[in-house]
Amino acid sequence: MSELMRWDELGPGGVVTPAESPRPKTGDWRTNGRPELRLDRCVSCLLCWLYCPDSAFKLEGTTLVGIDYDVCKGCELCVEVCPAAALAMAPEADA
Amino acid sequence: MSRLKTLVANQHGVQPLRGGHALCQGCGIPMVVRTVLSTIDRPAVVINATGCLEVATTRFPTTAWTVPWMHVAFENAAAVAGGVEAAQRALRRRHALPADEDVAVVVFAGDGGTYDIGMQALSGALERGHRFLFVCYDNEAYMNTGVQRSGATPFAASTTTSPVGLESFGKAQQRKDMTAIAVAHHVPYVAQAASTYWHDLSVKVERAAAVDGPAFLNVLTDCPLGWGHEPRTAPHVVAAAVETGFWPLYEVVDGAYRLTYEPESLQPIERWLEGQKRFAHLLRPESAQLVEAIQERVDREWAALRERCD
Amino acid sequence: MIAAEPQLLTGGEAVAHALCQIEPDVVPVYPITPQTPIIQTFATLVADGAAHTEIVNVESEHSAMSAAIGSALAGARTATATSSQGLALMAEVVYIAASMRAPIVMAVGNRALSGPINIHCDHSDSMLVRDSGVVQLFAENAQEAYDLMVMAPRIAEHPDVLLPVLVCQDGFTITHAAEPVELLADELVREFVGPYHRADALLDVSHPGTHGPFAMPDYYFEFRRAQADAITAAGRVIDEVADEFEGLTGRRNGALEQYQVGGADEVIVALGSSAGTIKDVVDELRAAQRHVGLLKIRAFRPLPLRELRCLLSDAADVFVLDRADSPGGAPPLAADVAFALAGEASRLHSHVYGLGGRDLHPEAVRDVFLQRAPHYVGVRGDECPA
Repeated sequence: MSELMRWDELGPGGVVTPAESPRPKTGDWRTNGRPELRLDRCVSCLLCWLYCPDSAFKLEGTTLVGIDYDVCKGCELCVEVCPAAALAMAPEADA
Repeated sequence: MSRLKTLVANQHGVQPLRGGHALCQGCGIPMVVRTVLSTIDRPAVVINATGCLEVATTRFPTTAWTVPWMHVAFENAAAVAGGVEAAQRALRRRHALPADEDVAVVVFAGDGGTYDIGMQALSGALERGHRFLFVCYDNEAYMNTGVQRSGATPFAASTTTSPVGLESFGKAQQRKDMTAIAVAHHVPYVAQAASTYWHDLSVKVERAAAVDGPAFLNVLTDCPLGWGHEPRTAPHVVAAAVETGFWPLYEVVDGAYRLTYEPESLQPIERWLEGQKRFAHLLRPESAQLVEAIQERVDREWAALRERCD
Repeated sequence: MIAAEPQLLTGGEAVAHALCQIEPDVVPVYPITPQTPIIQTFATLVADGAAHTEIVNVESEHSAMSAAIGSALAGARTATATSSQGLALMAEVVYIAASMRAPIVMAVGNRALSGPINIHCDHSDSMLVRDSGVVQLFAENAQEAYDLMVMAPRIAEHPDVLLPVLVCQDGFTITHAAEPVELLADELVREFVGPYHRADALLDVSHPGTHGPFAMPDYYFEFRRAQADAITAAGRVIDEVADEFEGLTGRRNGALEQYQVGGADEVIVALGSSAGTIKDVVDELRAAQRHVGLLKIRAFRPLPLRELRCLLSDAADVFVLDRADSPGGAPPLAADVAFALAGEASRLHSHVYGLGGRDLHPEAVRDVFLQRAPHYVGVRGDECPA
């Protein structure tokens, strides 16, 4: 449980910078497994990257390299749009 | 470089809206945000009206935004944007901002904050000619507050304030043509787009961001919860809107209309109605007349639009 | 414009000249009587190049305050003006401007709230935003209106404050009545006001920030507590700025003005132009050996409660004149003064006067001091004392 700020720690208007902001792990919303990425099939078309509501797809340059499971909510849109069958739902890794 | 790769490059390694926010699983909005902001190849500030996008991405002390972002209230995003835009001009004039920096002012508002409570401020900002881009993510109801009907809700859709019941078939009124209202302001660029038609949307954003004046983009955006469909069917649901002619993709450049996508032939309206729980009641036999009325209107408006485009 | 002789100016024109000298970056504005002379005079000055300001003629007052927030937080010095229904329409956004700590300066031509619709003076519009967290300063005359407007950016933009400041003047009585006003030299105003620099400006794109977040019950209270601290700091800043302004002009526009309060057994407390009438009656009664005084309030928010208590506790009778009502409860200024005097022996008398532009006559003020005025002073049908 993180420490809640006192009123005199807020700063005028409570402006939040991205650097200061915590990043909640919305990956724990998943209930139906997680998308698994098969890099051997992936052609880096980047459609999954584009469609993902949670910005979970990691790139190096314009190459797809992985998925950030801390934020993936398991909506399966990536699986739906992948033209190369490189994505499929699978049980959670630590199930 | 392909357009998609250009979007990646324009991000300079940082997503403008990163993960960790509280938008629904499969929400259609972030894709619109990503397409818009990553198409614009200069720095942008975002003015966000109250609604799903705003609430779910900025619960204090967290933020999912890596670009400058401001929320003030529900109905005034366009007015706030006008103030920011005027400030930029004033500050640049007195050399308080780098002369070569041109910050794009981009508004994101839902249909509530555009068609209804936001309409006055939008109208004023369009009339005054501010140089800004107003993007409406139109998911056709007040989703954030629980799927209440808005001026954008389609005829006969079931919402929580126009629910289907023994004596009701859903929303009794036709939706507003907000795109036409924007066109009536004689601004340089207006377009209708759809979230999953990302290439078409990106081209429109590029054109909109280049004009020296107001631009308005009305972007149909699916809402799995409010429309009643599995998140992963979004591409098919949105495609149905476009392929049936329910939601034509077009642009209006200085008053001249142009279709940017023309289906070979329009699919029957049932294709749009099926697959969404908010229209499920219309697929019953007793709703045939309603469906006929909807089809007739879509056909009529499509024909009128095609004429304007010729 | 060099200050030599006093000029004959209405209060509206005077604040327009002040704004011209302050030269805000952006002024989003919408017309409403009796503020229109302010924006029209200012627009004429800008059109003639006397000031280089982006005037944004918005389509409603709600949008005026909204655009003002956008502009102020983008890093531009911002001002606007309104009255009555306009202030009511933008009230939602006024609260937000305070919470977002936007140092917007706003000229208010105080006018009665509808209904019935009325274009004349009372303070109900200011009272509507009493609790919004904005600073509210009240002028007695055109000179004070000018002075307070020149002081306002220094108060609003002070790093410990960063709040909207409303410079209020009675509609028509001050906005439209010409009086001799001493203007400062342009360079003096420019120097006094200084530049505006916003620490976390929205247009500083290399340091992106999120402004106007959503706060759950775990944080909202802390935001509001921080705001309370800011308006308390404004009290101190008003004193400092008033001292500095006095150094420049010989005129001290502090939070309170004492007029024959020393040794007074009976003191009236009031806001705005009626102070002038009350001063005349005080002089007259003092000449007849009655120990009366006027405590004029310039800073209604933040109200210097401790000072009030100090100055009033020796008076046997304190008469608070409110130019606004709170039906079913205590009128706003009376409630504050009662709070300030809690536990003191002074008897508090509350009166409501002047609603919808009804003039306050010297005889009525005399009746107040003599404790033979009804609660609603000057209304037909209530001639008996309350």
